[in-house]
Amino acid sequence: MINTQKLTIQEASKLIAEKKISAVEITQSFLERAKKLNAKLNSFITICSDEALKQAKKIDELISDNQRLSPLAGIPIAVKDLFSTKGIKTTAGSKVLENYVPAYSATVVKKLLDENVICIGKTNLDAWGHGSSGENSDFGPTKNPYDLERVPGGSSSGSGAAVAAGQCLAATGTDTGSSVRLPAAFCNLVGLKPTYGLVSRSGVIAMASSLDSIGHLTKTVYDNALVLNTTAGKDFFDSTTQEKKVGDYTKNINRGVKNLKIGLPKEYFGNLDKDIKEKTLAAVKVLEKLGAKIEEVSLPHTKYGVATYYIIQPSEVSSNLARYDGIRFGFGRENFGEEAKRRIILGTYTLSAGYYDAYYLKAMKVRRLIKEDFEKAHKKVDVIICPTSPTLPFKIGEKSDDPLKMYLSDIFVVNQNLAGVPSLNVPCGFIDNLSKSSGVGLPVGMQIVGPHFSEELLYQVGYAYEQETKFYERRPEL
Amino acid sequence: MNYEPIIGLEVHIELETKSKMFCSCSAGYFNAKPNTHTCPVCLGLPGAMPVANKKAIEYAQKFGIALGCDLRLKSKFDRKNYFYPDLAKGFQISQYELPFSHKGAIEITVDGKVKRIGITRAHLEEDTGKLTHAQIKGKKVTLIDFNRSGVPLLEIVSEPDMKSALEAKAYAQKLQQIARYLKVSSADMEEGSMRIEPNVSLRRVSKSQRAKVSKLPDYKVELKNINSFRFAQKAINFEIERQSKLLDKGEKVSQETRGWNEKENKTVSQRSKEEAHDYRYFPEPDLPPLSFTSSRKAEITMTIPELPDEKFERFKKQYKLSQVDAQILTADQKIADFFEEANKAYRKKDPKKVANWITGELLRRLNEQGKSISEIELLPASLAELLYLIDKGDITQNQAKEVFEQMIRIGKGAQLVIKTLGVQQMTQLDLQKLVNKIIAQNNKAVDDFKVGKVASLGFLIGQIQREAKGQADANLAKNLLLEKLKK
Amino acid sequence: MPKAKIDIEHVAKLAVLKLSAEQQRKLEKQLTEILSYIGQLEEVNTKNIEPIGQITGLENVTRDDQSAPSLSQETALKNAPRFYNGYFEVDAVFTENSPE
Repeated sequence: MINTQKLTIQEASKLIAEKKISAVEITQSFLERAKKLNAKLNSFITICSDEALKQAKKIDELISDNQRLSPLAGIPIAVKDLFSTKGIKTTAGSKVLENYVPAYSATVVKKLLDENVICIGKTNLDAWGHGSSGENSDFGPTKNPYDLERVPGGSSSGSGAAVAAGQCLAATGTDTGSSVRLPAAFCNLVGLKPTYGLVSRSGVIAMASSLDSIGHLTKTVYDNALVLNTTAGKDFFDSTTQEKKVGDYTKNINRGVKNLKIGLPKEYFGNLDKDIKEKTLAAVKVLEKLGAKIEEVSLPHTKYGVATYYIIQPSEVSSNLARYDGIRFGFGRENFGEEAKRRIILGTYTLSAGYYDAYYLKAMKVRRLIKEDFEKAHKKVDVIICPTSPTLPFKIGEKSDDPLKMYLSDIFVVNQNLAGVPSLNVPCGFIDNLSKSSGVGLPVGMQIVGPHFSEELLYQVGYAYEQETKFYERRPEL
Repeated sequence: MNYEPIIGLEVHIELETKSKMFCSCSAGYFNAKPNTHTCPVCLGLPGAMPVANKKAIEYAQKFGIALGCDLRLKSKFDRKNYFYPDLAKGFQISQYELPFSHKGAIEITVDGKVKRIGITRAHLEEDTGKLTHAQIKGKKVTLIDFNRSGVPLLEIVSEPDMKSALEAKAYAQKLQQIARYLKVSSADMEEGSMRIEPNVSLRRVSKSQRAKVSKLPDYKVELKNINSFRFAQKAINFEIERQSKLLDKGEKVSQETRGWNEKENKTVSQRSKEEAHDYRYFPEPDLPPLSFTSSRKAEITMTIPELPDEKFERFKKQYKLSQVDAQILTADQKIADFFEEANKAYRKKDPKKVANWITGELLRRLNEQGKSISEIELLPASLAELLYLIDKGDITQNQAKEVFEQMIRIGKGAQLVIKTLGVQQMTQLDLQKLVNKIIAQNNKAVDDFKVGKVASLGFLIGQIQREAKGQADANLAKNLLLEKLKK
Repeated sequence: MPKAKIDIEHVAKLAVLKLSAEQQRKLEKQLTEILSYIGQLEEVNTKNIEPIGQITGLENVTRDDQSAPSLSQETALKNAPRFYNGYFEVDAVFTENSPE
């Protein structure tokens, strides 16, 4: 029997290639798990049973034909419901698109399907990507598999929950200002926010065009690198992509961290939960033991990140959501949820006559300074390590009444989007869950941040740390 | 109180590229069934992203240079945000801050006077879909066709340098001519590949003051729904008069947009002035900025053909043509080319004669047959050949005109048409024989002529012509007849 | 930075969003707070700093002028709530209100 909780892509791939399990078998196991837990977790908006089994059968035929297939062939993955999937409902987590069926697929989806992955379903999310907890979905909040009363992080909430709960082996996500890394941190997963422009945004419902980064979540670092091999690369349909991908992100993954220079930005270690700080610094100590050199760096404009982000992002959101007028598809604008309306109004205001210079233009200038902070730091060190979230996964409903409070919790994650740099969240420990008498505890994650297009290096650092600690082995009790 | 009209023109020209501005849908949408030239990008589907058409950018820059503009070395696209059913994305990708070209000027000629009209800017943007209004089952609806959505448009904004409707018309026609010379657009008002929006205001000018001393007016009225040069003229003139009347009464003219109403021959207010649009421009994040090397201008300039003004001057000088002839011949670049080719092929080197045949016969026949020069198969060398045959004496001038009409109609050369029609000029010998025969057969008329009845000569010539079936050269016939009659 | 006083009704109109009086009131309060927070950017010295364009410095991305097949009319209209004879259909709008 397939242990969907423990299996990794690396293992599954081997089993499939060795014909020890069939694509249909593995698909059935994960479909079953997906369906069984969905009522509890609300991680999926759509489960694609028929299509998945059809794909699986096709792949088994290719395998029995002794066709040489990609390492992702037969691997069950989930797709965040922000990615257009041809012929399959794509809602963006919003009532506005409740009935929308795209006529085309996102480039990333096409690429993954070309590698013969199995699409288990479309995952739940904060509507339009607006949120860091998973509570802003028009289809109900997603729960954290490690504690069903807590948030899984957002906006790729369903993706995080689905991978953590063993409903799929990987899930795509988008990260505009947290949305892959926070769910990764809250759900004990490896989540990559790639360099802006490394992975195509074509077909992904746009949130903030100059900030959206197309990433994914997996249990392990190796799995994550394997998926990036497929998703990365210049795309004709996305003018902001570049051909900067590395041939194989897994090739040198076990290079280790000897003599690697790791920077700790002082601005990230001030105001945060003391347990999280402890876990993060402990993780850094592990890397030091493995041969890395640690030094303090400064990213002086860090504190302006949230303000800068919450001007640029809503401005672009207000423009990107203008096409939802209910004429060519979807329902009318009265169906936008509260958070979407808030951001549209804020963004329309900051772009409006008389305010553009003071807000958007000013923010784009500060943004340059934030980018330069990272460039200067990366001249001194190879990678930067910092916490992902200032708090542990909080209880559902705890923060949702105060939008500003919610926005402020993005403080450690928005600057990377502003600078366009890649950031990899890796699990770095667990903290006792005080609201549960026993159990696994609550996950903590940390970010490994590098210069533009340094994903290969981030994986090497993450892998070295992960193999020492193996936090991915601690699965949720479901 | 005297008023001086201050007129500017905003002209949109649809560029004739194969594909649309930001997607690969075919841009040749004219007459296609609705919504058959769309894709996720131009339909504004969720997740679709723009990819800029290199050729459209080239055309835009080419046009800018032809308009005497400075080419910007750094440029970008911006989003112009507003809601309207024909605007799929809820924003139009246009250029606001850094248009490709700016600060140019062209010359127009009105009533023999040459005037310089400044060009503020020329930028690239995408077209919207098309709306039609209908009533379906008793309900008023608007129908939308997105075939046109995303087609590349060049927007050319003039300085408010025009002072009359005639000048505005001349300016618009000049732009049309340049567009066609550059082969970047059909620039057809009827097909919608050229659209004009004049803006009109009046400045008070007292008789004693010089115009340049008074301030520019603090308002301007934009005119829309104009689909011909004729209507543009009418609308502008109507506006000038309407505004004069208001100002005479001491009233203020509202800043607004007015539409031209064809049926009632007047402009009608379209929007209240309160609704000034806030387009919330910001740089298009999905399209990286563009930068050009300084040699780019030289590169593009090399691709620009001789422009109308240059050709006009050269034709006058090189072929010693009159102002009028040169203007007619250079109005359409294809006619100009035809003229030069025909002239080259015509050994005798008589450009004036070739010009006359084109302005007199060719253009007239094309008009009659409802064709344009590109629709006929007539070769310039064929005209030259025809002229040569006239010179040789194989056919008469009049016969040649008939032959030419057929040549235009069926696209065949002179020799073939002549043979087909059986047109031939009678040889002198045969004509002499005919003259003798007619004299012999018409004794009475001959006698009448000899006693002084001049009309009889006409009668005899007529008989000769009838018998000759138009193949007799009139002058020669007359001379031979007179010679014979004198004896 | 301008004084953070936002005319929600006007902005909602620009954004084509209908808000109840209660929603307007709530939004005004929340956004005033947010804008106030955002105001701290004023302290950052950005004199002589160019606004950032493409974050990775990419420039000059264009494509050749080639056409490719379009969607069929049926596909284009597939998600439309109202359509008629190959057109998308909406309640009548009057050209008088066209911004263009």
